[in-house]
Amino acid sequence: MRRFALIAIPYLWLLALFLVPFAIVLKISLSDVALARPPYAPQFDWATGIWAFLSDLDFENFVWLTQDDLYWKAYLSSLQIAFFSTLLTLLVGYPMAYGMARAPEEWRATLMMLVILPFWTSFLIRVYAWMGILSNEGFLNQALLWLGVINEPLMILNTNTAVYIGIVYTYLPFMILPIYAALERMDVSLIEAAEDLGCSRLSAFWLVTIPLSKSGIIAGCFLVFIPTLGEFVIPSLLGGSDTLMIGKVLWEEFFSNRDWPVASAVAVVLLLLLIVPIVLFQRNQQKQEEAEP
Amino acid sequence: MNRMSWFNTVSLSLGFAFLYIPMIILVIFSFNESKLVTVWAGFSTKWYGELMQNEAFLNAAWVTIKVAVFSSTIATVLGTMAAYVLVRGGRFFGRTLFSGMIYAPLVMPEVITGLSLLLLFIGIGLDRGVFTIVLAHTTFAMCYVSVVVSSRLVTFDKSLEEAALDLGCSPAEAFRLVTLPIIAPAVISGWLLAFTLSLDDLVIASFTSGPAATTLPIKIFSAVRLGVSPEINALSTIMIAIVTVGVITASLVTKHQMVRQKRDEQAAART
Repeated sequence: MRRFALIAIPYLWLLALFLVPFAIVLKISLSDVALARPPYAPQFDWATGIWAFLSDLDFENFVWLTQDDLYWKAYLSSLQIAFFSTLLTLLVGYPMAYGMARAPEEWRATLMMLVILPFWTSFLIRVYAWMGILSNEGFLNQALLWLGVINEPLMILNTNTAVYIGIVYTYLPFMILPIYAALERMDVSLIEAAEDLGCSRLSAFWLVTIPLSKSGIIAGCFLVFIPTLGEFVIPSLLGGSDTLMIGKVLWEEFFSNRDWPVASAVAVVLLLLLIVPIVLFQRNQQKQEEAEP
Repeated sequence: MNRMSWFNTVSLSLGFAFLYIPMIILVIFSFNESKLVTVWAGFSTKWYGELMQNEAFLNAAWVTIKVAVFSSTIATVLGTMAAYVLVRGGRFFGRTLFSGMIYAPLVMPEVITGLSLLLLFIGIGLDRGVFTIVLAHTTFAMCYVSVVVSSRLVTFDKSLEEAALDLGCSPAEAFRLVTLPIIAPAVISGWLLAFTLSLDDLVIASFTSGPAATTLPIKIFSAVRLGVSPEINALSTIMIAIVTVGVITASLVTKHQMVRQKRDEQAAART
């Protein structure tokens, strides 16, 4: 009985507040916009029966998503931004994780804390911090003008460049931590062995270190890629009007256009896009767990 | 390899500069006299004074703290239960679905979670306010708590619980006297994680809050959309300071605990 309650309470909570809401999104994505409150039809009605209700559902909103090129452009550009910013984060994060793993042991805890600290700081504040740096009269432009690199301020804020910087900055800890964990576990004598056997330092790095940190690299990339795809705060604060990201489109569809069925359809398609990377990520994590004793 | 190579030193210094300079600039310019955030005009704490006068911000801060305390506490209880069920519960009907529902919210885009919960609340006719934000935050935070707690549960020796049961403890007593003290650090860090996630959340709160309940991130977001302001810098500085003190304290406490645990283990090994 007690075991039953222990299972039932969290189970029911998640069913009611995670699965049921998602079923509602799916249902509304198949409904039509209506001038009513709530603004969609059909409403489920026990009197007319479930078949009458189901026969009123259609895929109109999904057809609409393929016809208006705003949507597929937004999906493509989200994928593109997520992909390149993941790559950039890896390029910045890997050397840092490597440096941390090879630092003297008594420093590592401190370095680790320095990486985690920004992660605990408000996301919104970290994005906001860049607004003052990247704006036309911001610190970056002031510094570049003063150095004489440029003659007039660069427009960085409200462009995709700012979005990339924002994503790399806010998601960097997610990339560093798994790679660091993989590198720290690695046996340094393997590198020495490779060098003794005639590898140059670079090829030892390429042939030994990179393959051994592969699981960390994969985990870090997914941890950056997956949330970036649906990102809303960064494109809306740092991006411009031409920055298309699907999270922003969904938000505007819902709050500005009040088109709930289309917003729901956008959400369903975004989720479908995410299924592949999520499954790959899960598989990588499982493989890693099995590899460990 | 005790000395750091120059490459590692350079990449670490550049990396940490990248991570910290934006926040340092933010903090410095919260003490700026001028309303212009990018031009230094002398030291002043007037923006902190103005912040303290700003009723809207103070109300929002109060709502945010209420939401964070309630949701993280409920999430810790539910998340610990869920972790216990997943690790120790054995087989039961729908276990795969259950673990799926624990992991899915971690990767679900916030816009989707927010949208779906809003549609649920409207569907069942629940008025949006503090209560609905608490429900929403509890739901995603309990998944994080459950992941943190179950990673601790997996590593600890089940035979300790069995020994307590053999010695006459009821299952509830065994949990309270044996399991809970051992997983306590994970439960506490789960609570802290849930608390900060709730404090920080903008997207889900925007969907699930009503006009009556505005949280601090919602307030900050609407102010920041209009541009940079020294008042927001001051507010950010306060939040950064709180987090920094919290994280450093927490890490000192865990370090202390680890040292003590090691000593206890060594003492136990000797006897």
